[in-house]
Amino acid sequence: MRIAICARQVLDPEVPPSQFKVDEAARRVVPPPGAAPVVNGFDLNAVEAGLRIRDAAGGQGVEVNVFSAGSGFVMDVMKKPLSMGADRLVLVDDPALASADATATARVLAGAVKLDGTYDLILCGRQASDWDQALVPIGVAEFLGLPCVTLARLITVKDGKARIERTLPGLVQTVEVPLPVVITVSNELGEPRYPTLRGIMAAGRKQPVMVKLADLGIDAADLVPKMTLTRLSVPEKRRTVEIIQGQDDADSGRLLARRLREEKLI
Amino acid sequence: MPGVLIAGELAGGRPAGVTAQLITAAGRAFPGHAVSVAFCGDSLVDVGPFLKTLPLSRVWLLQHPALADGGSGGYEAPAEAFAALAEHATPDVMLFARTDFGANVGPRLGFRLGASIAQDCTSVTAGVQGGTPTVTRPVYGGSALAEFEMGGTGLKVIIIRPGAYSPAALEGGSPEVVSFDVTAVVRESRVKLISTVKEAQAGVRLEDAKIVISGGRGLGGPEPFKQLAELAGLLGGAVGASRAACDAGWIDHSHQVGLTGKTVSPRLYVAVGISGASQHMAGCSGSGTIVVVNRDREANIFKEARFGVVGDWQKVLPAFAATVRDLGKAAG
Repeated sequence: MRIAICARQVLDPEVPPSQFKVDEAARRVVPPPGAAPVVNGFDLNAVEAGLRIRDAAGGQGVEVNVFSAGSGFVMDVMKKPLSMGADRLVLVDDPALASADATATARVLAGAVKLDGTYDLILCGRQASDWDQALVPIGVAEFLGLPCVTLARLITVKDGKARIERTLPGLVQTVEVPLPVVITVSNELGEPRYPTLRGIMAAGRKQPVMVKLADLGIDAADLVPKMTLTRLSVPEKRRTVEIIQGQDDADSGRLLARRLREEKLI
Repeated sequence: MPGVLIAGELAGGRPAGVTAQLITAAGRAFPGHAVSVAFCGDSLVDVGPFLKTLPLSRVWLLQHPALADGGSGGYEAPAEAFAALAEHATPDVMLFARTDFGANVGPRLGFRLGASIAQDCTSVTAGVQGGTPTVTRPVYGGSALAEFEMGGTGLKVIIIRPGAYSPAALEGGSPEVVSFDVTAVVRESRVKLISTVKEAQAGVRLEDAKIVISGGRGLGGPEPFKQLAELAGLLGGAVGASRAACDAGWIDHSHQVGLTGKTVSPRLYVAVGISGASQHMAGCSGSGTIVVVNRDREANIFKEARFGVVGDWQKVLPAFAATVRDLGKAAG
């Protein structure tokens, strides 16, 4: 069985909001100095999902390969899935992909996956922590002609079928689908495993497979976004907080309760 | 028929609240345009007389056994049915709500038809000339707002965040009700729905609670959530949690509040040991009053709070709970 994981390099979402800056004129987010990007968190959940399926098969006969389409990749960052245990990393690196929209990104990812051979499962994070669109996986499925099941918290593969538990507000839905299928993974699946020292060493020795747009028969000129970003801003937070300060922490707790009662909030 | 086509959803045999919200959005963003709605389902023949009074120009009915429950699960059938209708009716704009249905069907159909797709929008305007729609959507976990102009001449698929618009009244019109035959386009779904299980929930539902007590990474482990639960019980509220606390396994994910968890808007939201990452605030910033207990005065969440205590929750919370009890006795 072959599993493809789609992963995206993003600005670290753990950057403290006080350091989150937008260049309004250039309409882009300015990363804090020295901040390294990360692999999108939900994509690491997808890597974990793929590795668990391989573990469940006894580690044999399951290939887990990671695909990314973007620009300005930081190799140490993008190799994280390899250090967790993924087999290969395939990168489509082109300046045109820096500002690509979901349609372009999905087309490129679908093309790269197809070029790499037959896959049974294509796993993606539920959404990327930069643009929060949750569109690319559905596009990959559409361009590959596959069904797409979103928001998985558990995936089991048996007899050519995947059984998926979907996590929805207030309920859990179980579906079954024949392979191949595109599945998006949510954080409820469980935390991505830590890279082992052996994994890090192995990842260090691996070279990513570099794919060009031309290899996919895609012209950079066709990747122009359909929508124009006309404004990017940080919403203002106007509230001023009233700090309740007692003689010690316990006293602050008592004063807080009384204050909330005054306000008829409790 | 150009204009605006709303992908409707039914709940209990009536148009869902989100569909009423889309009617408001369509009216505000595209005044003077023909607005129609389409509903899909297993059998809509007897769905109800309300269809005939919806304040719209046309109601489309798409019926097929594979469209039962809106095609829930893989949503292949509704994507096929709505795509066929879009090709037939040639709307300029299609509106979906970002429900499970809309978040799956809207993009699928959009990619299939080569449309511009705007996901999770909190506002739509038609632009100065009343032509190209402009949408606003929160990005970077809610840290920033992005405005996009949906240029071009093709179909625009706009998926709107539930709650962004108030619901319209569902009467006062006399639309044509038209059945659109989808038997030729809807295939058997590859994704089969096996079961749907509601989350077991003790006490007040988190989404309905008037008071929510939430804990985060600062609590340090699963044990403190018992104290939070006691306090919530005392106040008739529910317990929430940050994603970090859920991912660490300290509390079940059904308590997760945030962009990818539950969205809550209680009267009072008490955040204990939560730093206030944007993705968490996205789930609770609609709360009436936010109260923070945190050691770190620099924590982001103080910026969105009305009351705050800078201190150790282990000392603050028991005293807070004891005082709540005393106040309760005094009042009782």
